[in-house]
Amino acid sequence: MKNAESKLDKYKTGVSAAYLFLAPALVSILVFFFIPVISAFIISFTDFDIYSLGSYSNLRFIGLKNYIDLFNNPLFWTSLKNTFYFVLVASPLSIFVSLGAALLLNSKLVRFKAIFRLAYFIPVVTTLVAVAIIWRFIYHPRFGILNYLLSFAGINPIDWLGDPFWAMPSIILMSIWKNFGYNMIIFIAGLQNIPEHLYEAAVLEGANGWQQFKKITLPMLAPTTVFISIITMIGNFQLFAEPYVMTQGGPLNKTLSVVQYMYQEGFRWWNMGYSASIAFVLFIIIFAGTMLQLKIQKHSA
Amino acid sequence: MFKKVILYSFLILTGLMTLAPFIWMLSASFMYDGHASTYPPRFFPDEITFYQFDNLFSRLNVARNFLNSLVLSIVVTVISLFFNSMAGYAFAKYRFAGREKLFKLLLSSMIIPAQVTMLPLFLMLKEMGFINTYMAIIIPGLANIFGIFLIRQYAMSIPDSLIESARMDGATDFQIYRLIILPLCVPILVTLAIFTFMGTWNDFLWPLISLTDNSMYTLPVALANLMGEHTKDPELMMAGSVITIIPILIVFLVLQKYYIKGIMLGGVKE
Repeated sequence: MKNAESKLDKYKTGVSAAYLFLAPALVSILVFFFIPVISAFIISFTDFDIYSLGSYSNLRFIGLKNYIDLFNNPLFWTSLKNTFYFVLVASPLSIFVSLGAALLLNSKLVRFKAIFRLAYFIPVVTTLVAVAIIWRFIYHPRFGILNYLLSFAGINPIDWLGDPFWAMPSIILMSIWKNFGYNMIIFIAGLQNIPEHLYEAAVLEGANGWQQFKKITLPMLAPTTVFISIITMIGNFQLFAEPYVMTQGGPLNKTLSVVQYMYQEGFRWWNMGYSASIAFVLFIIIFAGTMLQLKIQKHSA
Repeated sequence: MFKKVILYSFLILTGLMTLAPFIWMLSASFMYDGHASTYPPRFFPDEITFYQFDNLFSRLNVARNFLNSLVLSIVVTVISLFFNSMAGYAFAKYRFAGREKLFKLLLSSMIIPAQVTMLPLFLMLKEMGFINTYMAIIIPGLANIFGIFLIRQYAMSIPDSLIESARMDGATDFQIYRLIILPLCVPILVTLAIFTFMGTWNDFLWPLISLTDNSMYTLPVALANLMGEHTKDPELMMAGSVITIIPILIVFLVLQKYYIKGIMLGGVKE
C-alpha cells in the first residue's frame, strides 16, 4: 500500500488536484458546519434576542449569564429529566428488541428471512412525522385501535398521550417500533461475522444454547453493541419530532424534550443566546455520554 | 417442530405489529369523514373514496409541498453526491500534508449534534436572503462527513495500478475521477444517494425552522402544520401520511439491497 502510494507521488500530479477535489466539500463543511458551531458557542455568551435580530448593535456579551439562567430555570430541568427518561428507557429497550429480532432472523430454522427482515425494517425508512401522526390516532383514547385491542384483555381505555404518566411511555413505545429495525440490521451483520467453528467447538464440549449465547455470541458482539449503544443514545438525545407532533411537549410538560425547549426559546421567542446555551449543554451531555460508553467498553474488554 | 412453531409465531406477530399501523393508515385514507372515528374502530372502509386525496390536492395544495420535497431531495442528493465523492476519492487516493489529521478531525466532529449549528446557520442564511427559499435546504446539505467517509472507505479498495496506468496514458486527474473512479464506485454512490434522498425527504426540524411559508414547506412540515388544524380528521391526515410515505417506500423497496449494505458498512467498519 505505502509503496504504491509513493509511486503515485512520482508523477507529481497529486497534491494540487487533491486540494481541488477536496475544496467544494471542505469549504461547504467549513462555512456551513464548523463556523456555525463556533458561532453558536460565541452566541451562547451574548444576549442575542429579537432586538439583536433587528440590529446587531443591540448585541452584548453577558458572560455565563445564559448558562446560569438555564440552570436556574425549572423548565430546563424538566426538559432534561424528560430527555434522560427517554434516553435511558428507550435506548436499552430498543437495543434489546433489535438483538432479539436479529437472533430470530439469524436462526437456521427460519425460512423467508428476507420477507421478515423487510417487514421489520419498513418503519425505519418511513417519515417520522407521518408515523407520529399515525400513532397519535392509534393512541386515541376513544377511537384508537390500541385501546380497542386492550379492551379484549379487560383493560379500560387509557388516554395514552393525554395522561402525564403514560405520555412518555407511549412515545418510547412508538420510537422503539420505529427504530429497532436499524440496529437489527447491524446486529445481523455482527452475528454473521462470528466464525461458525466457535459454535461447533462449543457443541463438541457439550454447551447448550444459552451457554453458547453467553460465552460466544455476546462477547463476540461486544464491539457491535458498543457502536449501537452510542449511535442509539446520540439519536435519542435529539428527540424532537415525536413530542412535537404527538403531544406538543404536554401534558404538563411531561414530554418536553431538550431540543424542543431549544427550538421554542430560539425560534419561537427568538432568545437565541439562551437557546444556543441549551444546544451546547446538549452537545456536552452527548459528548460525555459517548466517552462514558467507550470507557465502560475498555474496562470490560 | 414445537420450537419452530414458537419461532414463527414470534416472527409473524412482530411482522403484524410493524405493518399494522401502515395498513390502518392506508385503509383510513380511503374513508369518508368521520368513518375512522367510531367505536368499535373500522378496519376497512365501507366504501372506497378518494375524497381525502382530492381534498388534499385541490383545496390544501399539497401538490406544491410534494413538489418541494421531491425537487429538494433530488437536488441535494445530486450535488452532495458530487461533492462527497470528489472529497472521498481525494482522501482515499492522494497523499497530501495533514491528510490523516484532517480526516480524523472530520470524523470526530460527527459527534456534534446538528442542532448546535442551527441558530447561526439560520442567521447566516437570513443575511444572505435565503430563509424560506430552496437554498435554505440545499446549502447545509451540500456535503456531509458521513458521505465522505463512506466513499473513502470504498475507494480505498480500488487498486492503485488502475489509476497509475490511466495517468501514464495521459489522463488528467479529473478524467481519472470521472472515467475510472466514479464508475467503479457506483454501488456505494447508489447507497449514499438513497441515504441522502431519504434523509432530505424525511427531515423535519431544519425545514421547520428555515421554511416559513406554507407554499415552501416540505411534506413533513406541511403535514405537521395540517395536524394542528385537523386533529379530529384522521381520514384526511392518513391520506396526507400516505402521500408522504409511499414515495419513500417505493424508493426503498426498489433499492433496498444498497440501503441495507450501507447500514452494514457504516456499522461494521467502525
